[in-house]
Amino acid sequence: MNLLPALVIGPLAAALASVVLPLRWRGPLAVVLALATSAAAIMVMGEVVGGGPQTHALGGWAAPLGITLMADGLAAGMVVLSAAVALPCALHAALGLRDAATEEGFWPLFWFLWAALNGIWLSADLFNLYVGLELLGLAAVGLVALRGSAAALAAAMRYLLAALLGSLAYLIGVALLYAAWGSLALADLSRLIATVGPAGLAEAAGAAAAGDLHAHATTLVALALMTVGLLLKTALFPLHGWLPPAHGGALPPVSALLSALVVKAPLYLLIRLWLTLGPHLTPFALGWLLGALGAAAVFWGGWMALHQTRLKQLVAYSTVAQIGYLFLFFPLFSVPGTEAARLAWDGTLLLLIAHALAKAGMFLAAGNLVLAVGSPHIADLTGISRFRPLALMSFGLAGVSLMGLPPSAGFTAKWLLLQSALASGQWLWIGVLLGGGLLSAAYVFRVFRHAFVEGPIRDRFASPPLGLELAALLLGSASIGLGLAAQTPLAWLRVGSIVAGAAP
Amino acid sequence: MSAAVMDSASLYAWLGVLLCGLGLFGFVAHRHLLRRLLAFNIMGSGSFLLLVGLAQDGRGPDPVPQALVLTGIVVAVASTALALVIFRRWHRVSGESTLPEDV
Repeated sequence: MNLLPALVIGPLAAALASVVLPLRWRGPLAVVLALATSAAAIMVMGEVVGGGPQTHALGGWAAPLGITLMADGLAAGMVVLSAAVALPCALHAALGLRDAATEEGFWPLFWFLWAALNGIWLSADLFNLYVGLELLGLAAVGLVALRGSAAALAAAMRYLLAALLGSLAYLIGVALLYAAWGSLALADLSRLIATVGPAGLAEAAGAAAAGDLHAHATTLVALALMTVGLLLKTALFPLHGWLPPAHGGALPPVSALLSALVVKAPLYLLIRLWLTLGPHLTPFALGWLLGALGAAAVFWGGWMALHQTRLKQLVAYSTVAQIGYLFLFFPLFSVPGTEAARLAWDGTLLLLIAHALAKAGMFLAAGNLVLAVGSPHIADLTGISRFRPLALMSFGLAGVSLMGLPPSAGFTAKWLLLQSALASGQWLWIGVLLGGGLLSAAYVFRVFRHAFVEGPIRDRFASPPLGLELAALLLGSASIGLGLAAQTPLAWLRVGSIVAGAAP
Repeated sequence: MSAAVMDSASLYAWLGVLLCGLGLFGFVAHRHLLRRLLAFNIMGSGSFLLLVGLAQDGRGPDPVPQALVLTGIVVAVASTALALVIFRRWHRVSGESTLPEDV
């Protein structure tokens, strides 16, 4: 039980150690501590699968003034995913960072990022989530700015402004929810909403309340504000402007962490909020709007990715597109308890995990390719298939999952979402899933076209250390391997969730 | 309705809304980064006022929102500090004080 605070406090302690220790020790120490944190994450997952959702009140103080950490299947799954992505990224950074000034700033920020991520996955109340989101945003902005160039600093500033605006919108929503319900703990909110019941909410909405903030209207305004804030932080179209410069211009392990985990945290929060508020307080129209924006993101991101000239910018726009798929959860999950809702839950979470693994692998592989060729442009990849096949293969494995080809996890997830769309009768999303897959294939094959073309004889390629290539290969293979054995992890993610019958 | 509006706690809440609106307008309309940061701080103060004013609507002092506002103030100070550091470094590197408009 005391593993839950260790998952948050451990990375914080590692961050402090990274500031204090000499520069040469930080990388190896980080890899060792990353292994330890991953082991703790797997143990927590084992406890949750074996014994149901775990809770821990920090310092013995009970809610509402104390901080409670809660791990159900979804939270434990996200903790394990963070470890699975952060460990190869730590390896890549330990072996690949050449510049001492960058390395000095990287490790403390890396550990703060991991601590914030674990804090968000394990949080059980809305204000704790706000603090976690802020810490995550500040650490991520610091990591984006690490390169020090004018472009990197401009991208970091843009990211910071978007993140701050999103956080404030979320905070105002939290204020309104507290005014309406009197509590911010997720368990309390769902209990209070269930107590009022759908009949009570309908009556409050219809009755004329004299000067009184009745709960229904306030909750809707709060939900709207929090949704806008979280959309800004998760870079859903049309609020995605900050993402391509930030992710495309950062160091490879930074881009991997950002695209795989940091943009998923606000989405996780939105899903938690959606499930807590329940089907009566989340209007179907809002779910459809989110799905429509997601569909627009899929096509716009794919179209922009197809027209990029730099490899990492292409991968960054691919992130914009793939995030759109995840927002199909909201229209498809509109009626909990049905088969369509269960399929939507499974499909969205599997796609989230598959995308995290594949995108991290793709960014690490892209970083290796750029390092090998010495140029950020796709057109300069001519001939690399003969000299750096391992890096190209890692890129390809990740691309297979992003395209949604069997037997990758991306395919399994999209298949589940297709079935959910059929089961719920919302056939529009089938076109989105298929069309988006075609666009992904187009831009991944564009990279391969340039890589397999033989150009003027050139054999001056830099060779990245083997560890860098293995890190990328590991992540790419994980996204394929997960597709082969997806049933058990999906069952683990369902522990303690609403689709398994528990209270939200 | 009029009695509740003119209640002192409600006054704080309405002022908070006004500050939020002013801050949001300044954040979006201004191009100079320091002015955008100032507008963000005004919006932050407005949201804190809103949080305290709404929660104390006729119920007397409530410690939970005040603890939340204290945390929020600390977070806002840290965010402002980071924004200032990045702005200073960027101004030194590029000489500009507004973000490029191409995105």
